[in-house]
Amino acid sequence: MSRKQMPKRILVKGNEALAYGAVDAGLQCYFAYPITPQNEVPEMLSALLPEHGGAFVQAESEVGAVNMLLGAGACGVLAMTSSSSCGISLMQEGISYMAGSHIPGVIVNMSRGGPGLGDIGPSQGDYFQAVKGGGHGDHRNLVLAPSTAQECYDFMFMAFALAFAYRNPVMILGDAIVGQIKEPIRRTAPEGASTPEHLRSLVQDLRIEGYGARGENAPPRLLKSVYLAEGALAQRNRLLQQKYAAMRKDARYAGEELDDAELVVVAFGSIGRITSSAIRGLRKEGRKIGLFRPITLYPFPGEALRIHARGRRILVIEQNIGQMVEDVRLAVGGCDVAWHGIMPGLFIGANELVEPILQALKG
Amino acid sequence: MTSANDLRPRPGEKLVFDVNPVLNERVTHYCPGCHHGIAHRLVSEVLHELGVAHKTILVASVGCATFTYDYFNVDSVEAPHGRACAVATGVRRARPEAVVFTYQGDGDMAAIGTGESLHAANRGEKITAVFINNTVYGMTGGQMAPTTLVGQKTTTTIHGRNFSNEGGPIRLTEIMAQLQGVAYAARCSLDSVKHVKEAKKAVRRAFDVQLAGLGFGFVELLSGCPTNWHMTPTAANKRIATDMIPVFPLGVFKDVGAAEANAVKEPGNA
Amino acid sequence: MPEYQDVVIAGFGGQGVMLIGNLLAQAGMEQGLHVTFLPVYGAEMRGGTANCTVVLDVLPIGSPLVREPLSSIVLNEPSLTKFQPRLRKGGVQIVNASLIAQDLVETSIRTVYIPANDMAHKIGNAKLVNMVALGAWLGATGTLPLQAVQDALHSVVSSHYAKLIPVNAAALAAGYDFAITRE
Repeated sequence: MSRKQMPKRILVKGNEALAYGAVDAGLQCYFAYPITPQNEVPEMLSALLPEHGGAFVQAESEVGAVNMLLGAGACGVLAMTSSSSCGISLMQEGISYMAGSHIPGVIVNMSRGGPGLGDIGPSQGDYFQAVKGGGHGDHRNLVLAPSTAQECYDFMFMAFALAFAYRNPVMILGDAIVGQIKEPIRRTAPEGASTPEHLRSLVQDLRIEGYGARGENAPPRLLKSVYLAEGALAQRNRLLQQKYAAMRKDARYAGEELDDAELVVVAFGSIGRITSSAIRGLRKEGRKIGLFRPITLYPFPGEALRIHARGRRILVIEQNIGQMVEDVRLAVGGCDVAWHGIMPGLFIGANELVEPILQALKG
Repeated sequence: MTSANDLRPRPGEKLVFDVNPVLNERVTHYCPGCHHGIAHRLVSEVLHELGVAHKTILVASVGCATFTYDYFNVDSVEAPHGRACAVATGVRRARPEAVVFTYQGDGDMAAIGTGESLHAANRGEKITAVFINNTVYGMTGGQMAPTTLVGQKTTTTIHGRNFSNEGGPIRLTEIMAQLQGVAYAARCSLDSVKHVKEAKKAVRRAFDVQLAGLGFGFVELLSGCPTNWHMTPTAANKRIATDMIPVFPLGVFKDVGAAEANAVKEPGNA
Repeated sequence: MPEYQDVVIAGFGGQGVMLIGNLLAQAGMEQGLHVTFLPVYGAEMRGGTANCTVVLDVLPIGSPLVREPLSSIVLNEPSLTKFQPRLRKGGVQIVNASLIAQDLVETSIRTVYIPANDMAHKIGNAKLVNMVALGAWLGATGTLPLQAVQDALHSVVSSHYAKLIPVNAAALAAGYDFAITRE
């Protein structure tokens, strides 16, 4: 194999990359309850975070963890929790309260197969829960879907930037492959990354700190989600919806070989990268296939997809029984959308995707 | 309805008792004879005396006390039902310099939030929890609480709480006192002037241990709920003395600070 | 040397399957390649079966999972049963002769049948089976220079075990020599 000159890289798991990314992005408080397959995150942060002057608490439950996140987020510090599917279900109450109270925070879901206790294999079965809000009431989380260890690292910076820009919970949705894969990363902040000081300044008018921080007779502040007066909750919801509408400009995706593609395959996360391998193999045989890999699952990059999908066949591949395909169909309107599902818990290779891709290419 | 202005002295009247600056002049939503007002007053006096209101953060709970933050002149955050001690943990870890307290009822702290409460206490979080025990769910209309007395009629125990079906009242202060992270645990009552004065001292100690960094401060306040007990306020006060105190004995169950003052340091009681 | 290589490494838990997977990925990275290492644990931990997949590529890697690998290192019999039928046409397998009967080995497949346990024992430490096997794989595939993998030992062996690096390097060399002289 040929040698290439590259900057220094370290070989780490996706979960470890998340922990490094969080600390390098300026994480101050981390709260979590252990669950496989994301235990490297709390294990690493239990050592790393105190070294960086932050606070680490192993919570009594995911319910405890998310509410600690709520408390720290309300104080305007960079805080996060991490868990996996079952634990994320338990957190939904707190996530809804955070959304309703304009509280920033990052929640990592290195998901497992479900429903119920399921297994610890790869799955994308939490897509709906992540992008539809997941908790009660009309709320949304920004959702980022890394597919490599480097993206795990880089997306922590993006997650905090979005959480503080919108004062909203941000979820990073991965799976057992993304969390357990070991690959090289460069541990340097992505270009344009904000400093933690800047992020904190974005919420300085909406954080609790003790009124004395704002002056001797400053009025007290309150962060809450309850609005009982007539019309008050309607107004609150209008405000939230304006925020969600504004998020659309932050929709992101990665495209591969889309320019001349006759078939556009839409896939995210670990399935996105496995699909990429399959497409590369088929390209060598002269098949005109491209990959559209959403990076933000909410906001869904529907407008970009609509442009790329025009006049092409579309295939959605995901490891669940049909979730993202609904967002794709909404985005592309009248186009025909084929779908290939992989049952949760299975480990699949790129060659298992060749047949369904060729099928969709033929139409 | 009385307005705040009605409370100001009129010409010829002499002011003998005033609000303190930590408690604002808004008229509360609490029912006549409810003891939340006394509890608020005690907490606000302690914060005022300690001179810490400017750096205090209140974590509000769910129940009759949901709107506590409407009356305290301090920064506040709302917690989901039962989660106040977890939220307070997050606040405490994010703001080590702040004074942090929760104000929770018996349903919030001793039923849905038992886990969060006991574990925050066990970790020795430097926070203060004010626990209002009135043996009934007030906000939702008089249902059974974890502290409802055996035989007590509520809207979900219409023939009286039956031990063989619903178990007995939880004595949270005794449980708290067992936990290593708890620096102070006391139970007081708001039914009489004498008891209210004792309660003030206990609330003060529950904040003192936080400020001294000794651990979790806990104070349980036996309180009356005339509305859901279907009693007059005076009858409610009497019920506390005759029915509640025998089941929930008053006293200081733990005071690590006092033990330290006696120069006896138990191993493990940091 | 190939532009792309992948390998499934399988054996009993405790045979050091994950360690040599890590070592190979580390060495590949230090050589400037794109690499992925993906562990798959069986339901059991120690004593059960474990396998990992390592991919090395000059280009960014898509799938870290390979259903039909180009090569394999199998240290016990259940691993041979599982992965031999999946090996891609023209692939190569390193088979631990100390624990796997020769009649189980498909004769049409290019195979380095190496007595890894016996060799490890001779080198002085029974635990070096994995290193012997990885050395043989390096000899058979030519994916990375032996020296690159020996150098990477310093990155994956904890400082507590640093004194064992020379004997690990020797085991790698022994496996490497076995493969290049026998083939």
